Amino acid sequence: MTSELLKAEEHPSDVFLRPGRIPHIWCPGCSLGSVTNVIIQAIKQSGIDSKKIAIISGIGCTGRAAGYLNFDSFHTTHGRAIPFAIGLSVTDPERKVIVISGDGDLASIGGNHLIHGARRNADITVICVNNFQYGMTGGQVGPTSYEGQFQTTAPYGNVEHPFDLPGLAYSCGATFVARWTALDVRRMKETIIEAILHKGFSFVEILGSCPTTYGRRNQLREGLEILENFRKRTVLQHGADPTKTEISKDGPIIVGKFVEIKDKSTLTDNLLKVQRIAKATKSRGL
Amino acid sequence: MSKTIQKEEDRTVLTGEYFTTGNLAAAEGALAAGCKFFGGYPITPSSEIAEHMSYRLPQVGGHFLQFEDEIASIVSILGASWGGWKSMTATSGPGYSLMLENIGLGIMTETPCVIINVQRGGPSTGLPTLVGQQDIQQTRWGSHGDYEVIALAPNSVQECFDLVIVAFNYAEKYRLPVTLLMDETLGHMSEKLIIPKKDDIKIINRKKPKDDPSSHLPYKADEDLVPPMATAGEGYRVITTGLTHDERGYPVLDAETQEKLLRRLINKIKKNKDDIILLEEYKLKDAELIIISFGISARASKGAIELARKKGIKVGLLRLITIWPFADEHIEKLAEKVDNILVVEINSGQVTREVQRAVKGKANVHGVLKHGGTIHTPEEILSEIERRVK
Repeated sequence: MTSELLKAEEHPSDVFLRPGRIPHIWCPGCSLGSVTNVIIQAIKQSGIDSKKIAIISGIGCTGRAAGYLNFDSFHTTHGRAIPFAIGLSVTDPERKVIVISGDGDLASIGGNHLIHGARRNADITVICVNNFQYGMTGGQVGPTSYEGQFQTTAPYGNVEHPFDLPGLAYSCGATFVARWTALDVRRMKETIIEAILHKGFSFVEILGSCPTTYGRRNQLREGLEILENFRKRTVLQHGADPTKTEISKDGPIIVGKFVEIKDKSTLTDNLLKVQRIAKATKSRGL
Repeated sequence: MSKTIQKEEDRTVLTGEYFTTGNLAAAEGALAAGCKFFGGYPITPSSEIAEHMSYRLPQVGGHFLQFEDEIASIVSILGASWGGWKSMTATSGPGYSLMLENIGLGIMTETPCVIINVQRGGPSTGLPTLVGQQDIQQTRWGSHGDYEVIALAPNSVQECFDLVIVAFNYAEKYRLPVTLLMDETLGHMSEKLIIPKKDDIKIINRKKPKDDPSSHLPYKADEDLVPPMATAGEGYRVITTGLTHDERGYPVLDAETQEKLLRRLINKIKKNKDDIILLEEYKLKDAELIIISFGISARASKGAIELARKKGIKVGLLRLITIWPFADEHIEKLAEKVDNILVVEINSGQVTREVQRAVKGKANVHGVLKHGGTIHTPEEILSEIERRVK
């Protein structure tokens, strides 16, 4: 039986993975492989023409996702996935642009673009895999690290307070906001389908496991331990007030679909409206 | 009411004669070139370009977006370019500084787009409302790593229009961000602009791949060292990365791939220099002294040449329309004919040092330099001419 399984030539996700790019660079125990697989399944089940999908990443471990996925995919610079996504999305109102990047990329160096992308209600989906620190560079403290968290640049424990990403996205104008842990693969998939089909700025936070540079400095040595810790602390609360979803060291982790607003005009709606007005306007000359 | 369906009026090229500013001329030039997306951030002295694009782009089916900063602006135009739209931004020195990292991304991912830098005096906040030409070397070397760029410098309102079209053509032909180096004086001064008929404007569009998407190698270049460019949504599964990559577009982080990729990115400009370099020669035939200048400084230089010739001093001008790649060979040949070359520019010698390098000791090179705030007067340049021909 085992040898038969090993011989199988095609994985169900293969068609959406770039030929020759697997194995990926992610560590054992990292949740990015399974999250990427969930994203692939969600795109597949969304029914959207794969030609109309574009994946944009910034820099970091999660930032490598774009390069593995066999859609139009763009690996950009650190923090800049969102403005790239906006520029690309407005060139075709039918295009579904999905940003997949990490917490350091999106909320620290790219924080300005996150808040303004949400403010504009730009027609993009942002999937942020939050591993609470900078993994690729060796485990430095980040904007989502909780107070007291140990990292290579916080050897005595983090002295700062973290961003609560759903609260941040919501307060800036995002019209779809959700959070799951990497363990919630089924619900995560359903949410990502909804997020992709949502008109406007949709933001999904996925709490991921990083044993290599986060876990082993914070008494969670294995990936499984991090996920087990998530499982114990998770509280499912759809419609939760996203201003009250902050994550602490030991407190509950509130997950669910927090926000879905359907009647707010999107950036593309408004740009197309302006075109109609402008085309009817007589030229004023130079 | 007419029953025939009215074809939508084409408002991209506003053929006619105008009296207008360099900034507005540049914006109209971009539209004439086919620009459909502008992402920008307000900055003096370039803001009128953004304002005019916000008014004009929606009329022609394009989009204008004002972003949160210059970083988002440059990245957004890269995104729009991969969506198949010609795209641009406009800024001044401080904004250009912020854009540099992602101009590097544009070079590495071979993304056509245009950046207008309406230069002002620097460094730092410097002279926001006054002229400078201090971003010449920033344009060449400002982003990290090794690369070649294309930068053009207009010297009239008409050329702001004409050269932004050339900038788009080069961007599309050679697949890279091209910079138009304007300056505050040029941006804000008014003179005659003639916008030709649409059919009389030469437009170059990016090469498209013709092979099957399943076997397509997105970074396999043709003989001109430029790969054809698929855009998003065409089924080619576009791939870009700022990482060193092979012909498939896959990251391959080793010395061999780096060597191959960089040699091509550099050579696609270097080996096509003859096509890219535009120069104006003015009264050079009998010149005993040569001025090399560009942009607004070249106009003051022409004034000085008239004054000098009235006094019997034979002076000519080589105007660099293309600043980068630099016209090394041309300048070296000119240096064989004269003892002295003056370089007139509003900075501390950024082009002067290039000329010194290019002449290989065959002539003495002297900078006629100012640090910004005002342009040279012809009389100032004349006194330098007289000093050198004594």
